[in-house]
Amino acid sequence: MKIEILFPEICNLYGELENVSYLRKSCDGAEIIETSVNSVPYFVNEEPDLIYMGTMTEKMQLLVIEKLRPYIGRIRELIDRGVHFLITGNALEVFGRYIEDADGSRTECLGMIDIMTKRDMNTRFNSLYLGNFEGMKIVGFKSQFTHSYWCGEADPAGLFDTERGPGLNPQITEEGIRIKNFMATYIIGPLLVLNPPLAEYLLRSCGVSEPEAAFTEAAMDAYETRVKEFSDPKRGFYY
Amino acid sequence: MGKIRFLIALWAAKLSVIALRITKHNGTNFPGQLAVKLCPDFLRYIGKPEKIIAVTGTNGKTTVSNMLSDAFESEGKQLVNNRMGSNINWGIATSLILNAGITGKCRKKMGLFEVDERSAKTVFPYMTPQYMIITNLSRDSIMRNGHPEYISRILTDYIPRNTKLILNADDLICSSTAPENDRVYFGIEKMDGDLTECINLINDFQICPHCHSRLQYEYLRYSHIGRAYCPECGFRAPEYDYAARNVDLDRMTVEIESRGHSAEYRLLNDSVYNIYNVVSAVALFLEMGYSQEQAQRFLEKMHIIGTRFDKVEAGDSNVYKMLAKDKNAFAGSRVFDYIAGMPGNKEIVIMNSCQWDEVHWSENVCWLYDCDFEFLNKEDILNIVVCGPRVKDLKLRLLLAGVPEDRISCAPAELEAPDKLRLEKGTDVYVLYGTDSIGLGNKVADKVVRKIMEKGGARS
Repeated sequence: MKIEILFPEICNLYGELENVSYLRKSCDGAEIIETSVNSVPYFVNEEPDLIYMGTMTEKMQLLVIEKLRPYIGRIRELIDRGVHFLITGNALEVFGRYIEDADGSRTECLGMIDIMTKRDMNTRFNSLYLGNFEGMKIVGFKSQFTHSYWCGEADPAGLFDTERGPGLNPQITEEGIRIKNFMATYIIGPLLVLNPPLAEYLLRSCGVSEPEAAFTEAAMDAYETRVKEFSDPKRGFYY
Repeated sequence: MGKIRFLIALWAAKLSVIALRITKHNGTNFPGQLAVKLCPDFLRYIGKPEKIIAVTGTNGKTTVSNMLSDAFESEGKQLVNNRMGSNINWGIATSLILNAGITGKCRKKMGLFEVDERSAKTVFPYMTPQYMIITNLSRDSIMRNGHPEYISRILTDYIPRNTKLILNADDLICSSTAPENDRVYFGIEKMDGDLTECINLINDFQICPHCHSRLQYEYLRYSHIGRAYCPECGFRAPEYDYAARNVDLDRMTVEIESRGHSAEYRLLNDSVYNIYNVVSAVALFLEMGYSQEQAQRFLEKMHIIGTRFDKVEAGDSNVYKMLAKDKNAFAGSRVFDYIAGMPGNKEIVIMNSCQWDEVHWSENVCWLYDCDFEFLNKEDILNIVVCGPRVKDLKLRLLLAGVPEDRISCAPAELEAPDKLRLEKGTDVYVLYGTDSIGLGNKVADKVVRKIMEKGGARS
């Protein structure tokens, strides 16, 4: 299994690189390819099983957009071919149409997905998250300056179905974006560590037979405790 | 109208001070909170000292502020400072209220304020520090602070242009803050044990700001703290105006050179981050016009307060109490690195989950995966007791860091943690607590001390 991490030197906030480390610890044969910002991505000439990109600063979003723009066609091709992408936090905004700041200024993004993002650097939206995906509960944390909105004629193509917490924006229950095996979510941090069933799903989907998440017992113990906590209606959900 | 509103707010706040004293609730922010609520631009009108010094930064600002406060008070200076309150606008307002007359005029000539980085926007529109130290800028609470670039931007936007900055040259995020301000830089020259490659999970300045090539380091202490340069385009970290060198941990001294003159200063603690704290304080003293001899005398009288680092001898054993801020991976890593480097066998109690979060929602544990728990995977760390509300998350994190399961113990209730310790002969114990569990940390440490004494001391 080949996993390409895009720009780990800048897309690494909130412990998100542990997502790939966890897959490596859960899959003996996993090969990790780290692509730096000044390099040609591995996916341009090869076809990895999974492409991962995590949260970055707002300034680095500009750089990532610039670096990926020459490869829009290739990324579209890979999505159509069913290559897996896992995109976390504000990395999902890079694939949308544009980011609009509170002062009205706009950052043009890759324009591959019909979403637009509203950003307010004076407001940080913090919440817990509880949702469903392919019959499993998903738990996680959100902490962001933005919300994204489907635009144009697009119907929401969410990744997770929300039980508690905001979706792609607080007005909808669809969380994240799913197009074939392109999976993007606003949930930050070590999503796969917090959700070992999702880690196993992803490995299986990438062709690993009978995957077992690393330290399954301890990981499932922490996961089940968190699912129970987040399902408790008395538990505060917003910070 | 603004002035009348201010006076009403001031008098109400002063009455609240009296009420709080009668009810023995000293040291709260309530007077400042009340004043700002009644008069949102209260800080604009309240009298300020003639000379103001501010200290901010992600880590070390409380330590440095307290060191400076001790120094100035030792020479008889009357200070307005927020040492007993908080470092946000309410705490600063409270300290000014306590030192103001009934018309709001400040009774003291000098102010020393620790300022929370995010509070720059509510404080600096109303006061202009003459000098400001920024200790460092690194990752902190994900919920409040986002990331250090965001904090640097807030400081750049709100620090008054005529404030002279004293900046850490070994931190490119810090040194690039508020580029239009007059500034001096401090740093520490190459030390024994320095690296050239980062071994930490957090490294927030990896690429050249000009050409985006991978930065390299002449020497690196941890994360992005070190002397960086770009091998492609020639970009370099700023030169030191205050250069520390010849760190001697046996004699606990450091030499600091400025403008061609060197002097030796006392260190307060052997951790690298506390050496930076000393260098920043010396840079401030010399900028203010004190002589090197006077700065040396200040250092002789300083100490680090016990809530942050304390050592208790129990028989032949040592019990260390250390603040390892919850939800602050950078600070946690520094503490883990420090402990891992200490000699002898060790046991650790990790109880730095956020107690407040457990009451109100659930702690965002993403920080655990920014924090270098890998440092704790050492053979002389015999046992790690994880406890508190996030006990299962901590256990999983240690396993993923490579710590063998037989060296991990779990105690959901913190006060049960000492019962899980082995307390074998020749073992020191480290109790790590968060910012909202200092009292609980002391109780746990006290219990550890009692258990050691009951066993007749850990060492033969």
